[in-house]
Amino acid sequence: MKVLVTVKEVANVADDFEIEGLTIPEQFLEYDLNEWDDYAVEAAVQIAEDRDEDVEVVAVTVGPERSEETVRMALAKGVDRAVRVWDDTLAEAALVGPTAMARVLAAVAEAEDPDLVLSGVQAADDGFGATGVALAEHLEYAWAAVVNDLELDDETASVRRELEGGVEELTSVPLPAVLTIQTGINDPRYASLRGIRQAQRKELDVRTLADLGLDPAVLDDDLTLTGLARPESESDATLFEGSAADTADDLETVLRDAGVSAE
Amino acid sequence: MSDGDVLAVAEHRRGELRPVSYELIAAGRDLAADLGGDLHVAVIGGDVDSFAERVNRAGADVVHTVDEGEEFNHDVYAAATTALFEAVDPSVLLLPNSVNGLDYAPAVATRLSIPLVSDAVDLTVADDLVVTRETYGSKVETTVEATTPAAVTIRDAEWPSVEDPGDATVEPFTVDIDAPSIRSTVRGFEEVGAGDVDIGEAEFIVSVGRGIDEEANLELVEELADALDATLAASRPIVDNGWLPKNRQVGQSGAVVTPKVYLALGISGAVQHVAGMKGAETIIAVNTDPDAPIFDIADYGVVGDLFEVVPELIERFES
Ligand SMILES: Cc1cc2nc3c(=O)[nH]c(=O)nc-3n(C[C@H](O)[C@H](O)[C@H](O)COP(=O)(O)OP(=O)(O)OC[C@H]3O[C@@H](n4cnc5c(N)ncnc54)[C@H](O)[C@@H]3O)c2cc1C
Repeated sequence: MKVLVTVKEVANVADDFEIEGLTIPEQFLEYDLNEWDDYAVEAAVQIAEDRDEDVEVVAVTVGPERSEETVRMALAKGVDRAVRVWDDTLAEAALVGPTAMARVLAAVAEAEDPDLVLSGVQAADDGFGATGVALAEHLEYAWAAVVNDLELDDETASVRRELEGGVEELTSVPLPAVLTIQTGINDPRYASLRGIRQAQRKELDVRTLADLGLDPAVLDDDLTLTGLARPESESDATLFEGSAADTADDLETVLRDAGVSAE
Repeated sequence: MSDGDVLAVAEHRRGELRPVSYELIAAGRDLAADLGGDLHVAVIGGDVDSFAERVNRAGADVVHTVDEGEEFNHDVYAAATTALFEAVDPSVLLLPNSVNGLDYAPAVATRLSIPLVSDAVDLTVADDLVVTRETYGSKVETTVEATTPAAVTIRDAEWPSVEDPGDATVEPFTVDIDAPSIRSTVRGFEEVGAGDVDIGEAEFIVSVGRGIDEEANLELVEELADALDATLAASRPIVDNGWLPKNRQVGQSGAVVTPKVYLALGISGAVQHVAGMKGAETIIAVNTDPDAPIFDIADYGVVGDLFEVVPELIERFES
């Protein structure tokens, strides 16, 4: 069995970030493995550990050289090898929408031919929440989105989909399938020192769009990034300033006025 | 060529239309007016006739009923929506950015080879369709232009709910769905998250988020909740980590709470969290980041470190 996990290095903006044109300068960005993908990696590694047969876990990412740090973390946690897709066309794209990104990932998936693909529900930075299901459609695989419980046999994935309001949907899909993994589905491990050492020796292939047989035009998804701004504050909050003691005094007044500790 | 029409697909679950259905009509009729076309609304599955009556609200020109199945099944929805799109030929396909919306919208856009922009909070028409969305944990507002036809999913509660009755014509729509294309089987539903407390009933809530950093620090906020005689609740990561049980989670996938006071400690205010607590009478936030979106909905705030403010508060309320 082969499991493919899609991972993304996401950017968080620092507390005092600035925007220049259509970008946020590098010094205001902090990079990390996408939270949702961390759970997807754990789910994949657990499948490899729990099943009797041999399971190969392959990670795929689309990102610059810097993102290898993130990919190595996935390798350190038990992923067997990784593929990183990057070239000038990708580097120059201001925005790659979810269906175009899925097309790129699909090219890797077609070459790998996995039984199961695990993606995160969404990426913390762009937040499209759409790449996994678009990938399934490109591959003509079955799929399930927002999965917080997973049982696997040779032919079927039996999952729970986490709907709104504390309701879960119990669904089965035949393999091969793409599942988008929700946080909380498991308890992601920390990489061990041994794992980190081993990760340095694991295979991490770099591929260009051309290597994957893709025309640069696959990135033309009819979407154009036209604006990046700090949202105008809608806040009409009364902000208390001063020392912790001063602000606690102010909060005490608000809380008592609202009836806290009234007796 | 598309002629400015908009096609919106309503959402229902277990016999009830979900509120976003009426918000889709608001978003759709504005767009259709700007584009000079009609608003088509579709209801797929369930009691389609009664759903059709209910979504027949001001602004809808045609309601299409697709009598296929009872509950949401993404294979049925994807097939029906694709067929409707081909029949109506709209400029914009509007779907909800719900858990189920995200379970079929990307497949439909891919199948139709049209661009998809998810989680829209605003939509306008210039030469192209201009979509505003939030990125980087709502700290950045991003504008994306899509050529039409395009698919867009809209965020919950960003558009008003259309309440006035409409005079749309209702048209049954038949789709040929071949059995093998239905690959997913929905086996049922389960309510989760019940337990010792019902935070939905609480009068005062102290809620803790990832700013608490470590499980051991939870003691501090428990102490505060005790001193205030308040119920302890949390954002999702605290529950995902197993630090508090699921029934303490506030938000889209947890509980909806409406207390007199909601004190948010180290919570950024992600949209899925806010969905569960925006109805609180008084919202107070303590957060080190002045740009945290929680301050947008707070009535009172302290830009500061919860580890400094909370002990001071405990002191003032300890009996
Ligand atoms: C389908 C789906 C459903 C979801 N459902 C829910 C849901 O039901 N409920 C929910 O909560 N989330 C839900 N989420 C997750 C949501 O998107 C956010 O990831 C989550 O709400 C973030 O929690 P947080 O605010 O505690 O953490 P973060 O966003 O990490 O914020 C932590 C905050 O703490 C502040 N902070 C750090 N240190 C301190 C300090 N010492 N003092 C004061 N402040 C500090 C930081 O400035 C930051 O603003 C869902 C997501 C998806 C995709």
